[in-house]
Amino acid sequence: MFSFCSDPSTLEGGKWLACYLTTGKHMAFYQSFGTVLGLLFVTAPVALLFGFLGAMAARSHFTPMRWLGRIYMAVVRGVPDIAFFLFFVIALDQGIEWLRHKALCPDWTEPVRQGNDFVVCPAAKMPLSSAPQWIHDTYSFSLAVFTFAIVFGAFAANVLFGAMRAVPRPQMETAEAYGMSHRQAFWRIMVPQMWVFALPGLSNLWMILIKATPLLFLLGIKDIVYYAKELGGYKTQAFAYPHPDWRVFYFLGLLVFYLLFTKASQIVLDKIMRRLTHGQATLGASFDKEVTA
Amino acid sequence: MSCWTTLHDYGLRSIGYGERLLPKSDFTLCDQFVLIGSGLIWNLYFGILALFFGFFLATAVGLGKSAKSAWVRMPSQFFIFVFRGSPLFIQFFLFYEAFVLLPKMGVTIPLGFTEINLETRWLTRAWLGALIVLVLNTAAYSGEIFYGALKSIPKGEIEAADAYGLSGWKRFRRIIWPTMMRLAWPAYTNEAIFMLHATTLVFFASFPAWRQSGDALYYASYFADKTFNPFIPYPIFAMYFILITLTITFVFGRINRHLNRHLPQELRPKMRLRPQIMR
Repeated sequence: MFSFCSDPSTLEGGKWLACYLTTGKHMAFYQSFGTVLGLLFVTAPVALLFGFLGAMAARSHFTPMRWLGRIYMAVVRGVPDIAFFLFFVIALDQGIEWLRHKALCPDWTEPVRQGNDFVVCPAAKMPLSSAPQWIHDTYSFSLAVFTFAIVFGAFAANVLFGAMRAVPRPQMETAEAYGMSHRQAFWRIMVPQMWVFALPGLSNLWMILIKATPLLFLLGIKDIVYYAKELGGYKTQAFAYPHPDWRVFYFLGLLVFYLLFTKASQIVLDKIMRRLTHGQATLGASFDKEVTA
Repeated sequence: MSCWTTLHDYGLRSIGYGERLLPKSDFTLCDQFVLIGSGLIWNLYFGILALFFGFFLATAVGLGKSAKSAWVRMPSQFFIFVFRGSPLFIQFFLFYEAFVLLPKMGVTIPLGFTEINLETRWLTRAWLGALIVLVLNTAAYSGEIFYGALKSIPKGEIEAADAYGLSGWKRFRRIIWPTMMRLAWPAYTNEAIFMLHATTLVFFASFPAWRQSGDALYYASYFADKTFNPFIPYPIFAMYFILITLTITFVFGRINRHLNRHLPQELRPKMRLRPQIMR
């Protein structure tokens, strides 16, 4: 990075630190913060979509659909979500490979599950073993996003389901009195009004989502936790920048990062809430204080 | 090998009794049920002890946050801010690495009839180190719940207590604390459930599973890795946790009924699960 970094062994104090903190690996570490933010900003809308679909299903007049929505909402609450993360990453991967196997290799006769192995034909591998590294990375990242979206979608479904029920009944009755169909009343009356009821729950969910991002590490992605472990570990004299076990400082850094991030989110969400509930006698207005607390 | 022998060999495997080696191949359904169930001992151990110790700390923190003196209030606020504002997963890593750096030493505490040897290396073991993190974490979350409940105690009750001449500890013990518990209980039930769910993080965040004695999720992922088939161990794991969740809901619901027994039926607060996972 800097011109004086060419021979690290001669450096002292501040210069050593400046060079140490700008090594290639450290740069990758800083970029991994981008991975975390990327995950958040991609997952949040997808999870919201899943949540919306889930809540719609749970309200459906078609019974099996309603059950599906309710079960989706209920199961995720009863089981720790790390289990879902660990489960879906393998299950989704195998599901995709199995579908591709069925489609691409119809004349493959051997069973897919052979004892403790999961074998699909080479053409069905996902991503293909010949694919470049960035495709592998993108694939595992998308699996992670999808997994997060499934789990958080269930929570969002729960919040939105409650919010839809919180829309005052007379509003819907008025819509019916005006001759709107179910569909029209839903889209024109309920959906625009429900957001203010959903906001406290959704902001809570956003905070939870932020705090769930380090779990990317468990999904095998080189995220900030991976780099903190890697960079902080004891480095012998064989390394260009030898140092003792500094992992505790790296994790302290991550802790501060998360504290700042949640604090900033809190401030922004409170502002939005105050604006949306300005002068309104809704439940949301009284939630204003609770969310801050 | 019948299922009874499996139960005998692996039933207490997670706490170090029975067969040393984990099954390596030809996993039966029974193996998976028994070992994952055996790991559950750790989840219950962490969950119950963390809730127990955390409860007292949380009461202190909740009261501290509403204290008039800034010297008491600020530390409580800061404690809650740090533990609620950061992921539990990072807290585990941070504490583990900090515990590892501690110098190895022992303290002997004489207890008269016997003495206890406390050693700092225990802190790097899950049973103590992870428990401490969980206690602090749940104390911050429940402290916030208790603080909220404390703020919403009806003024009239405190005025009535004053009118009866109750003050200090007596007023707290007889009036404030029971009402605080009553108001906080539905939210605290929620916290208890998600606390128990959070115990599954322990062995995935630095704390080593010594001699492969881990919790339920540790064994579930062991089977999933070995068989490359997630569709059996994880549903078993899920089933166990749904059972535990139902048990907690039942027990805490009973306590809730007890706390609200003086209220007319329609005024009793309903228990409602709200998502608060992944701390």
